[in-house]
Amino acid sequence: MTQHSTDEISRRRSQYWRRNIQYLLVLLSVWFVSSYLTGIVFVDILNQFRIPKTGFPLGFWFAQQGSIYIFVILIFIYVFLMNNLDQEFGVEEIDE
Amino acid sequence: MSVQNWTFLLVGLSFVLYAGIAVWSRASSTKEFYIAGGGVSPLANGMATAADWMSAASFISMAGIIAFRGYDGSVYLMGWTGGYVLLALLLAPYLRKFGAYTVPDFVGERYYSQTARIVAVICAIFVSFTYVAGQMRGVGIVFGRFLEVPIEAGVLIGMCIVFFYAVLGGMKGITYTQVAQYCVLIFAYLVPAIFLSLLITGNPIPQIGLGGTDQESGMFLLDRLNGLHSELGFASYTSGEKTSTDIFFITAALMAGTAGLPHVIIRFYTVPKVKDARISVGWALLFIAILYTTAPAIAVFARTNLLNTVSEQPYSEMPEWFTTWESTGLISYEDHNQDGLIQFVGPEAQTIDAKPITNELTIDQDIMVLANPEISGLPNWVIGLVAAGALAAALSTAAGLLMVVSSAVSHDLLKRALLPGITEKGELIAARVSAGLAVAVAGYLGINPPGFVAEVVAFAFGLAAASFFPAIILGVFSKRMNRNGAVLGMVVGITFTAAYIIYFKFINPSSNTADHWWFGVSPEGIGTLGMLLNLAVATVVSRFTPAPPERVVALVDRMRMPNEPGS
Repeated sequence: MTQHSTDEISRRRSQYWRRNIQYLLVLLSVWFVSSYLTGIVFVDILNQFRIPKTGFPLGFWFAQQGSIYIFVILIFIYVFLMNNLDQEFGVEEIDE
Repeated sequence: MSVQNWTFLLVGLSFVLYAGIAVWSRASSTKEFYIAGGGVSPLANGMATAADWMSAASFISMAGIIAFRGYDGSVYLMGWTGGYVLLALLLAPYLRKFGAYTVPDFVGERYYSQTARIVAVICAIFVSFTYVAGQMRGVGIVFGRFLEVPIEAGVLIGMCIVFFYAVLGGMKGITYTQVAQYCVLIFAYLVPAIFLSLLITGNPIPQIGLGGTDQESGMFLLDRLNGLHSELGFASYTSGEKTSTDIFFITAALMAGTAGLPHVIIRFYTVPKVKDARISVGWALLFIAILYTTAPAIAVFARTNLLNTVSEQPYSEMPEWFTTWESTGLISYEDHNQDGLIQFVGPEAQTIDAKPITNELTIDQDIMVLANPEISGLPNWVIGLVAAGALAAALSTAAGLLMVVSSAVSHDLLKRALLPGITEKGELIAARVSAGLAVAVAGYLGINPPGFVAEVVAFAFGLAAASFFPAIILGVFSKRMNRNGAVLGMVVGITFTAAYIIYFKFINPSSNTADHWWFGVSPEGIGTLGMLLNLAVATVVSRFTPAPPERVVALVDRMRMPNEPGS
């Protein structure tokens, strides 16, 4: 392998990794907000509001229902983003 | 048919199913025994992970804890599901790419150190055994209550069944049995929940019924329950009693602990590709979420039903379930004011002329899910079904944990440390023997449980959060992390967390109050501080000690991508 292509590969590697970290930061911020902030830190403030036409105080709903739904959605978004990223960089696994 | 006959029938049928799967999926190589040959489909692995994860604690205890603590019970809901986001984003795909057999295997290779491997083996075995004792105990309770066999016999039957498919099939047998067990347990959990939701709110979906109206009073169910609570002197259901700081730390410790538990992590070694590992965490959490979003609904239904059934009612007119549970000692009643009625009240309860009322009824929170169908008068087959579901939850988790112990001994201790020359066949025999021994030890612990099972489970999470979780994350995300930092970080994290828990739980339990806690963090939440300490120590130490060798840095590079660029 020539020196040039080795450099190229390590550049691609760090680009890929930087994108991955960006995705993680965004997704983990949502993860933090939807559990720690809405469900714990600001729960009393949010409990002053209700989800319309239900008996759910908003903060309580986030703590016992909403956060869990958001977690599931976050993982599926992550899978979608990473599979696309793999394709963009041509690093997806080949089917055997 | 009577409850007991239904239970025998349904539990018997489910056991036959598990045994059949065990025979069909025998393991013939160590690769099959440790990681099911690495060829499990992501969907099946998601189901198996869900069953592996949801233990007797999730199935039997969680809704009960929420019913008794209301909002404060949220720590388990968020903590035990939010950990999967960490697992999906920070651990599973990289560990799959790395392609080890066990968690200590990863730690040993990444930190190029036998010491690190041995520390990880000890943590893995300790965490798994504490956990498994609780599962076997759960098996015993179900047998004792529903089949009226002694708890010892119940544990023994459970042991035999696990022995059969874990020793014969290893990870392969466990995986496909867990798929079946997930189906049994989720069905058993949802059927009574749907019945109750229809009965109480008129809506068949429990997650919606929870926010719906109570058909009896026409009020929102949660408002009605809060009303009952303030009438009876309990704290408000939808807002808790713990401080936000403590809730924050407990949730974080449970999340990090979940992501660091070895029996969950090894499940992601069993799928063929990195892509599969990612999506299979998604499936796992989806399957778990079905139960976890139903649990708070069951909690509210059960709590409302219970208050309606017992409060100010004559003791002599209590239904049959009341007396059967009384005979197990999990319900007890003492008529303090000699009026023949049951006063089930909170610490704030007062009569109209402001005299305090004494509570007369003690109910173990563990019986809420099991007794719920009876309290609501659901058909007998539903009660039998719940028993079969509880057993599926306990047995599937026990098997996954025993797998960790067995592979830690035969692979990490024997093959990688003590007897490197052992043949493939010899290692497979060693794996089977250690699985068998682990079942026997677990059974012994189930029959003679250490008096502190509930406490040690909190222990297991704290320890996993303070040891494995940071070590693995740093191993993936920091190329500079070396063995000195990782080992010292793990040792400091574990020692600190263990010392704090042991001090407040065992040495000086009387001082276990918010005034004495550091930063207001209870022993349940201390794993979070242990984890931060681990991260800090590891980072600082690694800066002042030699960088990891080139070989290991290249290993980390390869781990970060599913495939090499340009290949």
